[in-house]
Amino acid sequence: MTLPRRTLLAAGLGAVGLSAPRITHAQAGAGRVVIIGGGFGGATAARFARDNFANLDVTLIERSRTFTTCPYGNLVLAGRRDMASITFGYERLAARGVRVVHQGAVSVDPATKRVRLADGAEVAYDRLIVSPGIDLRWGAIEGYDEAASARMPHGWVPALQPISLLRAQLEAMADGGVFVMAIPDNPFRCPPGPYERISMVADYLKRAKPRSKILALDAKNGFSKQPLFQEAWQELYPGMIDWRGASNDGRVMRVNAAQMEVETEFGEKIRGAVINIIPPQMAGRIARDAGLANPGGWCPVKPVSFESTQVPDVHVLGDATVAAPMPKSGFVASSHAKQAIACIAASLAGRPLPPALYFNTCYSHVGVDYGISIVGVFRGMPERFVEVEGSGGISPRNSTMTPERRVEQRRLEALYADGWYEAATNEMFG
Amino acid sequence: MPFVKLRVLLTSSLLAVGPALLLTMPAHAQTAAEAALLAGGCVGCHGVSGQGGHGIPSIRDTQSRADFVATMQAFRANQREATVMGRISRGYTEAEITSLAAFYARAQ
Repeated sequence: MTLPRRTLLAAGLGAVGLSAPRITHAQAGAGRVVIIGGGFGGATAARFARDNFANLDVTLIERSRTFTTCPYGNLVLAGRRDMASITFGYERLAARGVRVVHQGAVSVDPATKRVRLADGAEVAYDRLIVSPGIDLRWGAIEGYDEAASARMPHGWVPALQPISLLRAQLEAMADGGVFVMAIPDNPFRCPPGPYERISMVADYLKRAKPRSKILALDAKNGFSKQPLFQEAWQELYPGMIDWRGASNDGRVMRVNAAQMEVETEFGEKIRGAVINIIPPQMAGRIARDAGLANPGGWCPVKPVSFESTQVPDVHVLGDATVAAPMPKSGFVASSHAKQAIACIAASLAGRPLPPALYFNTCYSHVGVDYGISIVGVFRGMPERFVEVEGSGGISPRNSTMTPERRVEQRRLEALYADGWYEAATNEMFG
Repeated sequence: MPFVKLRVLLTSSLLAVGPALLLTMPAHAQTAAEAALLAGGCVGCHGVSGQGGHGIPSIRDTQSRADFVATMQAFRANQREATVMGRISRGYTEAEITSLAAFYARAQ
């Protein structure tokens, strides 16, 4: 639904109508919440606000009419899902009373509290939520720009490039080819994602091109759920996967897309039949332009409310934020979203902010009927985020379980991953 | 990445919790919205109405409050076989588990 400017004004949204009476403000705690970005953070924020705070007027600004999730993209890569099954529309959110505006957000003016849209319209807010996701740092790896990404796909930001491109290259690859991957240093979106990707590519190659190899070049020396992934690789894909950490010359410094070649820190040149480059990242453009990001390109936030520490009345969610030790994950972005909405409602009503509890579970598919996870429970303290001692952690190692229990544990976690995916996407778009 | 892993000691007794944390912790979720906020982690996998699916059990109206609390306590104490719930349950205080029981358990 594209609302022309006049419609926005008639709906009481237009910033130009500053003198118009704002009927909603007659109610205590009422206010206009505008959300930029309809992913895990933004869409969950919209739904949670509609379900729980009737006097919040909610507008969701999202350029695209559909949302393709990053989670489960690796299953598309494996040929075990199709694009349609990971793509969702905003119709149900609109039916729930969220004003969905399919326009790009061009700029934010915190002084007048307005968002300018691509079509020139302006939307006024009392509280703004920015859930912009990430942008890729083109050129951070020398030679890796947008043009190069067509030959060497990233498959890391569905709005920029569908995972189906990398899938098509894998399908076209001859048996015996080498799939080369470059994995960035922290922080980046979805810490276990590259390793689930290695696993799902291996799952496909084992079935379709069993003489092929995977070479994963990593800019760091350790990774999320590492012992679980590596045990599983040995068990499921013996001899297929070679992972090299930074101290083993794993850092990719430059690429030559024409030659289908990457070059490592110590100067080794490596050719691949298919090359997947996951480059360094930063907060999405609208957040950086709005003054929400620090010099490192990420957005610092208050741990209790996810309000920006740099711009008042603007909350930032999800991957774009500085929220370690929480990971940059879709699950935890939805947790940020609920807390931010509850804090916005409390602040508009003059009530104290609710205590901040954040929850994350990241499942990874490693093979068929083989899932693993990492759990984290976090609290937002006035000055920092803390992980609750004694809670969370990764799935049990093989050595701690009986053979029967091992099979059952991995099978159940793969099943629960599907359950999480359905629950999460249903909450946003169902 | 500045990965400061400051862990908060959270024992089964609220009295053992540091005063700073205690200040930010509710005794109970007071409103439906507060309960929904607290239940955010549950919703992530068990679904918006706790209905479950894909092998994940329903938690809506399936147990009494006392049984709900006992189940969570058993998960916390590793006295009940779990895939993820042991790791999860140890992140919540007893007061929070009581609030979740009130939110999810069937009418008494």
